[in-house]
Amino acid sequence: MTNLRPETTLPLGPVADEGAAPAGAGAPPAAAAPGPAAARPRAAWRLLLPTMTPWLAVGLVLIGLITLLGVVGPWLVGDPATIRDIGLTGPSGDHWLGTTQTGQDVLAQLAHATRGSLQIGLIVGVLATVLSAFFGIYGAYLGGVADEAFSLLSNVFLVIPGLPLVIVISGFVPRESRGLWTIAVVLALTSWAASARVLRAQTLSVRSRDYVAASRLSGERPWRVIVVEILPNLLPVLASQLVYAIIAAVLGEAGLSFLGLGASNSSTLGTMLFYAQNGFALPLGAWWWFVPPGLVIALLGMGLSLVNFSIDEIIDPRLRNARTARRRTRQAARRDRAAGRRGTGATAPADPAAVPAPAEVIR
Amino acid sequence: MNYVLRKLAFYAVALWAAVTLNFLIPRLLPGNPVDILLAKLQQRGGTVTPETRKAYATLLGGDTDSPLLEQYAGYLRNLLTGELGTSVTYYPTPVSEVIGTSIAWTIVLVGIATVIAAIVGVVLGGLVGWRPGTWLDSLVPMTTLLAAVPYFWLALVLVYLLSRILGLFPSQGGYDVVLDPGLNGPFLASALEYGFLPALTIVIASVGGWLLGMRNMMVSTLSEDYVLTARAKGLPEGQILRRYAARNAVLPSVAGFAISLGFVVAGSVVTEQVFSYPGIGSKLLAGVTNNDYALMQGVFLFITLAVLGANLVVDLLYGLVDPRTRART
Repeated sequence: MTNLRPETTLPLGPVADEGAAPAGAGAPPAAAAPGPAAARPRAAWRLLLPTMTPWLAVGLVLIGLITLLGVVGPWLVGDPATIRDIGLTGPSGDHWLGTTQTGQDVLAQLAHATRGSLQIGLIVGVLATVLSAFFGIYGAYLGGVADEAFSLLSNVFLVIPGLPLVIVISGFVPRESRGLWTIAVVLALTSWAASARVLRAQTLSVRSRDYVAASRLSGERPWRVIVVEILPNLLPVLASQLVYAIIAAVLGEAGLSFLGLGASNSSTLGTMLFYAQNGFALPLGAWWWFVPPGLVIALLGMGLSLVNFSIDEIIDPRLRNARTARRRTRQAARRDRAAGRRGTGATAPADPAAVPAPAEVIR
Repeated sequence: MNYVLRKLAFYAVALWAAVTLNFLIPRLLPGNPVDILLAKLQQRGGTVTPETRKAYATLLGGDTDSPLLEQYAGYLRNLLTGELGTSVTYYPTPVSEVIGTSIAWTIVLVGIATVIAAIVGVVLGGLVGWRPGTWLDSLVPMTTLLAAVPYFWLALVLVYLLSRILGLFPSQGGYDVVLDPGLNGPFLASALEYGFLPALTIVIASVGGWLLGMRNMMVSTLSEDYVLTARAKGLPEGQILRRYAARNAVLPSVAGFAISLGFVVAGSVVTEQVFSYPGIGSKLLAGVTNNDYALMQGVFLFITLAVLGANLVVDLLYGLVDPRTRART
């Protein structure tokens, strides 16, 4: 147990300080997969990239596959609107995911719908992150009354339930003027508050550092202090908030479209579920129609959350240390067990390959 | 005391913001309710005269001629007297009555499901976090799949599996319609049977978040000095778990309970649609699809009020549970 302590305190300093390292290090985590060439000693900026873990790999693969489906898929599959006289047939060689009530290919629809959902997820994610960055970072930087006002605003938006508000707003906008961007703006307006709070807390701690004060005293303009001195420290947090915003946007849009309140000119996974529900896919037992869209949403959300776990480890090095500490205790227990079996002292090193599966080792 | 006053002031501001938002939304958005209703009428072959327009405008309570501030004052006055207008969908029932008949369904369903999900999630998360690194712990990232599942899709899948294929539960409605709603045995049993699937949906979809949050807090609490001290004193493991680690680790989950309630209410709005559950969410949607603006606004206001109220209660309780929050700022 005691070996936890030095571990937890050690890397805190360097990681927090290296936060100001080159801004290029904030590249999306998708680019973070360390290739074989990355075996050189860890550069300072590498601390800003997530460590490769099996779950991160799973997340990246999931995101990659779904992005591929949404970006490349629509070129490969046929026209999703083509009507055939084979309504509601199950998966077969011709139609891998079966057909809808009017004989449309579910796979073709899925590819196009995935593209639509990714599109709205990205738009809303970026919009919401920009909004939260403005209210969170700028407010905390200004301090005083502005900070109080911005913070109050985000707290108020946080407690007002988002989806009912979105439903009411969408209900008032006539269907003709309910385009992709209207929905995106409405979703962004109702979902920025939580990350604004997170960003504000982070900014408050960065703002009081010496180099920020020095930069302000030397007469730098506010936007320069924010962009050059403060923002690089917040990049991991921003990345994590962006990922959360994308998940929330995809889910929110799906719910809205499922209720028939989505954008009128777009096809997303939510609209697909809407048509499946209204085409009586459920009573008719057409599982191939309504299972894939939801599964794509869930897997995309899972992939993004898994990536976020790794980003969280950068923000809070304690999590990473907990993981390394766990691995060490496991290895130590493994050694002890192997040593104990040979009847020698507990300190004798042993071959780790000769022990039972780590799953059985508790501590 | 100061803490309580500050919280009350904040929720007063939040309430005012919600009420004002509710007032401004129909007036600032491009669509005019009266126009939409008249267009619908025209499509069905009705003739639109200035009198019809005036009648509709009066019905919707939009005296759009008077200045905005005056309208606002009238709106606030109506709210204070509980006057939310008349529902078009359930004409001539007042909106407050429509809400009154449906609110119990949602509160019982969402309330019980949320409490179950929170308890199950926190207990499981605490146990998993207590022994980090076991095979159970390595499965924790799987819960993100549950957290990312859309509520309504999960509802569809559960209905398909448990209701259509296995025939275990009814898939539509809130109770057997041949029974008399009231506090009698058969009705309550039927409500329980009908509510099982919606509740299961909410529990499954929201338990992952609780589990994950509790597990992470547990892991970081375990590295605290007081846990180390407790271990050094030679206290039994169970006692350390319950009295030292879990007690402190559960605090953020308590705070999260209120915030999550907003999400759960939102999720249940869509879930109710799948099950045709007679709760407040289905009333909101009925209002939206029928262009019943008074009902829409009334329901939205009510949901907001409920969520704000729950938040306030949890915030005040939190001040009692964790004295540190009272001291801060």
